Amino acid sequence: MKLDAHIPSGPLEQKWTNYVEHVKLLSPANKRKHTVIIVGTGLAGASAAATMAELGYNIKAFCYQDSARRAHSIAAQGGINATKNYQYDGDSVWRLFYDTIKGGDFRGREANTYRLAELSSNIIDQCVAQGVPFAREYSGYLRNRSFGGALVSRTFYARGATGQQLLLGAYSALSRQVAAGKVELHPRTDLQDLVVVDGKARGIIVRNMVTGRLESYVADAVILATGGYVNVYYLSTNAMGSNATAIWRAYRRGAGFANPCYMQIHPTCIPHTGDYQSKLTLMSESLRNDGRIWVPRKKGDTRDPNSIPESERYYYLEEKYPAYGNMVPRDVASRNAKYLCDQGYGVGPTGRGVYLDFRDAIKRLGMDAIVERYGNLFDMYERITGENAYETPMRIYPAPHYSMGGLWVDYELMSTIPGLFVLGEANFSDHGANRLGASAMMQGLADGYFIIPNTIGQYLAGITQGDVTTDNDAFREAQDTVQKRMDRLISVNGTKTVDTFHRELGHIMWDDVGMSRNETGLKDAIKRIQELRAEFWENVRIPGDQHDINQELEKAARVADFLELGELIARDALARDESAGGHFREEHQTEGGEALRDDEHFQHVAVWEYTGEGSEPVRHIEPLEFEWVTPTQRSYK
Amino acid sequence: MKLTLHIWRQKNPQDKGRFVTYHLDDADEDMSFLEMLDVLNQHLIEKGEEPVAFENDCREGICGMCGMMINGLAHGGMKGTTTCQLPLRHFKDGADITIEPWRSRAFPVMKDLIVDRSAFDRIIQAGGYISVNTGNAPDANTVLISRDTAELAMDYAECIGCGACVAACPNGASMLFMSAKIAHFSLLPQGQVEADKRVKAMVGQMQKEAFGACTNYTECEVACPKEISISAIARMNHDYLKAFWPGRAVGGGKHVA
Repeated sequence: MKLDAHIPSGPLEQKWTNYVEHVKLLSPANKRKHTVIIVGTGLAGASAAATMAELGYNIKAFCYQDSARRAHSIAAQGGINATKNYQYDGDSVWRLFYDTIKGGDFRGREANTYRLAELSSNIIDQCVAQGVPFAREYSGYLRNRSFGGALVSRTFYARGATGQQLLLGAYSALSRQVAAGKVELHPRTDLQDLVVVDGKARGIIVRNMVTGRLESYVADAVILATGGYVNVYYLSTNAMGSNATAIWRAYRRGAGFANPCYMQIHPTCIPHTGDYQSKLTLMSESLRNDGRIWVPRKKGDTRDPNSIPESERYYYLEEKYPAYGNMVPRDVASRNAKYLCDQGYGVGPTGRGVYLDFRDAIKRLGMDAIVERYGNLFDMYERITGENAYETPMRIYPAPHYSMGGLWVDYELMSTIPGLFVLGEANFSDHGANRLGASAMMQGLADGYFIIPNTIGQYLAGITQGDVTTDNDAFREAQDTVQKRMDRLISVNGTKTVDTFHRELGHIMWDDVGMSRNETGLKDAIKRIQELRAEFWENVRIPGDQHDINQELEKAARVADFLELGELIARDALARDESAGGHFREEHQTEGGEALRDDEHFQHVAVWEYTGEGSEPVRHIEPLEFEWVTPTQRSYK
Repeated sequence: MKLTLHIWRQKNPQDKGRFVTYHLDDADEDMSFLEMLDVLNQHLIEKGEEPVAFENDCREGICGMCGMMINGLAHGGMKGTTTCQLPLRHFKDGADITIEPWRSRAFPVMKDLIVDRSAFDRIIQAGGYISVNTGNAPDANTVLISRDTAELAMDYAECIGCGACVAACPNGASMLFMSAKIAHFSLLPQGQVEADKRVKAMVGQMQKEAFGACTNYTECEVACPKEISISAIARMNHDYLKAFWPGRAVGGGKHVA
C-alpha cells in the first residue's frame, strides 16, 4: 500500500494558496461532463454536493434518512471555531492550528491542520450569507464564546443548535441545486458496496430501503461523507442509524483505514440508567464554561449535593489543572471522571456520574443569563432525568462521541483507491489522537465547501475514463456479492435479535477497548469479538422480507460490519503501544496519570490494509514529521 | 410499568391497515417512548412476529425523523417534546395508549408508523434558500443584524421538519412548517433580496401538494416540539400579500394562487 500524502512544498502558511494556484482546472464545459457520487448529506456531504453542483458537476447524492436534512451533524450543539479574532483576544490562524495539533496530542498532519485553521473564517462568512442566525451582540456584531482546550473565545454558535443551523444552511444550498437539476437526490438508500473498475472507484451499490432492491450507480469519482463509527460501542451519542458500512466496505475493497483506535469519549453526557437504554444524550461542552465539575471528597457520599459544604467538594479539574480548570480537553476531562468513579467517588444511583454544578454561575451571572445561554440544555436534561438542574447539580458521565480515525486520505482528501474521496468524520485527517470541541463542524464544512471542490478537479482533469456502465463485470460482481450477503442474513433465522448482538459487542468494546486499555484486555477483546461474530452469522434472527421496508435487516447489515470493525479497533489499540490523546494505554502514563506518548516509536499514522476474510490485516505506517511545531508533553496545568 | 398499546399496523401503502393490541409488562418510567417501542419490538421478534416499523434517528429531539400520534396528539402532547424524548413517566402505570402514524393526505403511510414527508423537501427546493454560491460571501460582520432580530429569526429557524404541525392540523395544512422558513429568511437582510420570489414559489409548491389551507385552528403551534409561534404564519401572509403589490420589482415570480 503506497502512502504518499502529497503535501505541497513551501512554507506552512503558503501551502494551500500555492496548491490552489497550481491545481489543474477543468473548464466549465468539461465539468458538466463529469458525474460524481456523494454518499452522506451531513455537513461535509451536503456542502460538497451543493458547491460542486454550483461549479457545474453533475451530482448524485445519497442518504439513508428520509430527507437530506436529517444527518447527525444536526445534533451538534455547541459551536464552530473560526479564527476571526473578533474578540481581539490574541487569536490567529497559527493559534488555532497549534491548539488543534496540540489537542490532538501531536498525532495529526501539520499541513492538513493548518489548512483547516486557515479556512475556518471563510466558513463563518459563507454560513452567515446563507442566513444562519448565529448569536449576536446588541450592537449587531457576531458573538463568541470559549470552548474546551482553548484560552481564547473563537466559537460561533446558534443557541444550543449550531449543528442544526449549519446543516440546514448546507441543506438549503443543496436543495437549490436539486431545483436547478444539478443534484439528483436519493434519500432512503443504504450504501452496501463500493465498485472499483480497473483500480479506480467508479460506483456504488445501494439497497433501496423502500423496495429492498439493490441498485447500481456509476460515476467518475465517489465521495464518502458518511460520518463516524462510535456506534460500535452500541451506546453512544451518535444517531441510531449512524454506521460504518460505507467506509468498511471501501476498506474491504482496498482503502487504507487509518488510526481506528482513536476514539473520543465526551465528558458531558447524561449517565446511563438501564439495559433498555438505546443511546446516550450529550449535553453541550459549552456547559463547562460556567458549570463547575466536582465529586464529594468522601467515597460513597449519598447526601443531597446541595447539603455538601464547600470544603467537602472536590473540584478536581480546577485543582489539578489550574490553567484550564473545567476547560481541559475532552479526553482529559473524561479520563478524570472515569478514574474518580472507578475509585468510588461517583454519584447518582449507579455511581457512574460526577456533578456539573451551576450554583455559583447563577449567583455570579443571575438566573436569566444562565437560562439564556443554556435553557434548552437544562430543559432537555429535565425531560430525560426528571430533575431540575437550576436547583440541583446535573449528573454527567463520559460517552463515546466521535471517531478521530477513519479512511486514510492524502492532502487532496483522496483515499488509497484512486477516485475515492473521503470527507468529514469519515476520514482521519485533521484531529490527530483527540479532537477539540467546536472543530468537527469546522472540518466537515472546510472539506465540503472549500477543499474537495478544489482538489477533485486535479483528479478528474488527469484521467481518461473508460466508458463504464452498470453492466460492467465489476458492478455485476459487487451487486452479486451484496445480494448473497442479504440472502445469507435473512436465511440464518436464529434465536437472538440484532440488538442483542450489538449490545454484547458494545459491552466488550466499552470494557476493554474504551477509555483505558491494556494488552491483556485488548487480546481478550479480539478473541471475544471473533466468537461473537461467528455466533452472529449462525444465530441472528431477522424477521420479515428483504424486498420490503425491513429495519431489522438494515440494522443487521450494519452490525455485521461493526463486528468486523471492532476487532480492527482492538488490533490497532494493541499495536499502538503508547498513550496518545483519546487512546490511553494503562501501561503508558505519567506519574500524574496523563497520557504518555512514545514519539520515538509511534510518531506515525497507522494504516491498515485488508487482506481477505479470515486473514490478518497488514499495518502500514505514514511517518509524521513536525517541521513547524515541536511535539511536547501536553500540559493543561 | 404495565401498558396496553393499540398500534396501527399496515404492511404497505396498498394495505388497508388495522389496530393491533399489545400488552407490555416490562416498561420502565425512565424509558423514552421509543425505548418502550424498542422493548416491544424485541419481544415481537423473539415471538417470530414482525416488529413495528417506525422512523427515528438522533433520539435527541433535533433530527425531526420521529413522530407519531399518541392518544390522538402529535408527539404525545408534552410541551416542546418530540416522541423520542417523551418520557414514559408522562403516562400512568396501566395506561391504554393508542399509537398511529401522522395522519395527512400529503403524508401517505408507507408501513406501520412510517409516512412519506417528501412534500416538505419539495417545498424547500421551490425556494427555501438564499441564493449564494460558495465563495461569494463577504466578511461575516459586514452586515449587522440586531440581537433581537437574530433571536427572532432563530426562533423560526429551529423548525426540525417533523411534520407534527401538519398532523395536528384539522385541515392538514403545512403553513407552520413553510412559514417558519419564510419568516426566518425574511427577517434577515440577506434573505430580503429574494423575499418576494421565495414566498411565491414556496406557497406555489405547497398548493401543488396535498396540503390543506390554514383556517387559524392554531393546533400546529400547540403540537410543535420546537414551540414555533404562529406569528410565522402572519409574517408569511404579510410577505405574500406584499409580493403582489403593484410596482414591486420582482424577477421570476408569477402569481401562482
